[in-house]
Amino acid sequence: MAYPSFEDGFLSGSDFSPLQGALRRAGAGLRRLARRWGLLAGFLAAWQIGSSFGWLNPSVFPSLDSIGIALVKGIASGALVDDIAISLQRSGLAFGAALALGIPMGLLMGQIRAVEEALDPILQFFRQTSALALYPVFILLLGLGEASKVFVIFWATLFPILLATIGGVKQVDRKLIEMAQAFGARRVTIFARVILPAAVPSIFVGLRLSATTALLLLIAAEMIGANKGLGFQVMNAQYNFQIPQMFAAILLLALLGLGANAVLVALQRRLCRWAETAR
Amino acid sequence: MTQVTTPRGEVAVRNLSKSFALNGQQLNVLRDLDLDIRGGESLAIVGPSGCGKTTLLRVLAGLEAPDAGEVRIDGLPVQGISAERAIIFQEPRLLPWLTVLGNVAFGLQVRGVDTAEAEARARRYIRLVGLSEFEAAYPRQLSGGMAQRVGIARALTVQPEILLLDEPLGALDAMTKLVMQEELVRIWRDEGVTLILVTHDLEEAIFLADRVLVLPKEKGARPRLIDITLPRPRERSEPAFVAMRRRLMAEFGLH
Repeated sequence: MAYPSFEDGFLSGSDFSPLQGALRRAGAGLRRLARRWGLLAGFLAAWQIGSSFGWLNPSVFPSLDSIGIALVKGIASGALVDDIAISLQRSGLAFGAALALGIPMGLLMGQIRAVEEALDPILQFFRQTSALALYPVFILLLGLGEASKVFVIFWATLFPILLATIGGVKQVDRKLIEMAQAFGARRVTIFARVILPAAVPSIFVGLRLSATTALLLLIAAEMIGANKGLGFQVMNAQYNFQIPQMFAAILLLALLGLGANAVLVALQRRLCRWAETAR
Repeated sequence: MTQVTTPRGEVAVRNLSKSFALNGQQLNVLRDLDLDIRGGESLAIVGPSGCGKTTLLRVLAGLEAPDAGEVRIDGLPVQGISAERAIIFQEPRLLPWLTVLGNVAFGLQVRGVDTAEAEARARRYIRLVGLSEFEAAYPRQLSGGMAQRVGIARALTVQPEILLLDEPLGALDAMTKLVMQEELVRIWRDEGVTLILVTHDLEEAIFLADRVLVLPKEKGARPRLIDITLPRPRERSEPAFVAMRRRLMAEFGLH
């Protein structure tokens, strides 16, 4: 939580002239900016300089401006837009399905010991089996179309959500549940007003882990058997030696991941304002 | 808000027994306990650790079922949890995602009172414990003493006849503890509730209680009830207070 510090407020305003105060604030802002983004800016600058002076092989590391141009062209012509749409659709469907199944199932398993005991061994077994290793099986079962791609992503994203939800429910403070019981709360009320809110931060850890996994599996699935999508574009551009286009697609994937994480973090901040949110 | 205070909140304990299994051994915590608590009185339960004082309070609260015997409230046998009793735990046990107001209203809300009504009643008790300015604060922003006041307000908001306190000030620092003891006396007097308090602090017991129940460690010995006849408000340094403390300490074999 950010409180206004003395420095931002009245001290600088009363002890110094307004201009000095503004300069000091601007200086502090710049320092903060440099601390946070300096290394990234340096990395990009090194790339750009290295590439344009020929220290890096420009056919492997094309200059940033050529990547930017490829990106803008791809989006303006609509070619990359289709890929973004289909990639979003695949990962979104799978993530949504994992969420819709994983959270209720996790809540149930965390609550009822018998259910957890019965399901745990098979879940542990499935979880340790790499989703990519199972992809050929899914292709055999569901064909090379959308279904197998969505399913492999769903498979990989389900487990982090499920396990985090179970963990969240099980680690709810027994004393809080007893407190609610002592006030005469019924089981349903205890679930809705104590267990569920207490599990939310843990569920979000699972969601953020799953979002990352979803993109990872998306790319792998699209590289193996697709003719559309950002993962396909990365592979395809490399085959055709269109390196700026390849980096443009990679950049889009990175942005997609950052965007998904930002949405989840914002949602988490909103729902878990009471807890110290992990970054 | 004015209420007619009829003598309510009478507790009668009859032949109460409770045992636990510990490492395969049967451990009798309470045996054939009889106890009458008058409506509106303040009773402190003291005793060495392991004497069953917390167990007795939890049975009275309905959080534990006795093995034998019964608890009657206002003449009627009770089982489990019911609306006329409220408990204050040693830890505040606040829900961290609710504000002070939300936490205090929680007890009423889970009993089906709608939010507006519950919050209106909660505000009255938040004022009573002196936390009106902190209504919108979250538990992690409160000090230990403030959090415990919230717990007290939450219990008072359901307007119980009987207030059960399980070492409620045990975790507080010495200064806060003294202030809170005076607050408890004031609340008990203003609300006309029966106050049943478990404590390991003899001074606290003498300061708060009309009677002190001393539970013995050896299960053969009978529990003893000691009347505290000191006038209120009580002063810890008064000779009579000091004498009473000495007498209670003698009960424990401490001189």
